[in-house]
Amino acid sequence: MTLATFVILGVAAGAFMFRLCAGPSIADRAIGLSGLVVAGMGALATDAIRTHAGAYLPTLVVVALVGPVSTAMVARYIEGRDGDR
Amino acid sequence: MTGEVLALAGSVLVLIAAIGVVRFDDVLARMHALAKASTLGVLLLLAGAAVSLHSANDVTSVALAALAQVLTSPPASNMLSRATYLARQRRGVRT
Repeated sequence: MTLATFVILGVAAGAFMFRLCAGPSIADRAIGLSGLVVAGMGALATDAIRTHAGAYLPTLVVVALVGPVSTAMVARYIEGRDGDR
Repeated sequence: MTGEVLALAGSVLVLIAAIGVVRFDDVLARMHALAKASTLGVLLLLAGAAVSLHSANDVTSVALAALAQVLTSPPASNMLSRATYLARQRRGVRT
């Protein structure tokens, strides 16, 4: 069953990768990158389930903490891009 | 077994979010698809990991990751969609 989970997460990561490469605006690319982070977190959790070992769980905590920072950074960039005119 | 079923449900939610991100034709609609479904999907995946692991160290790590995800992911999505909306209003595009 973890194999099916890995396959589903891989298909989702491919879809997010398509949006990251083909997104028309910079916000679309930020959405694709955030989705890739989500798929990677899911893969880490599924690997912990499969091996019954928590060796990668601190990595999961770090990714959960710094993943949305990139989205917030792109948001601040969009907000101040063509500001006072 | 319960953890594997929870993880499978979470991965299906992540897949639904990915389909929405690919097929919707607006930034705000894509953000809507990703923000809700992927937050709940990650929570289900982490709940599955917490059920199937037994060491207290591992379970607290998973709980900390889930807490960080719930606290940081929705504000980031809100910031991105708000920035997109404000930039469109500055350019005079009606959304």
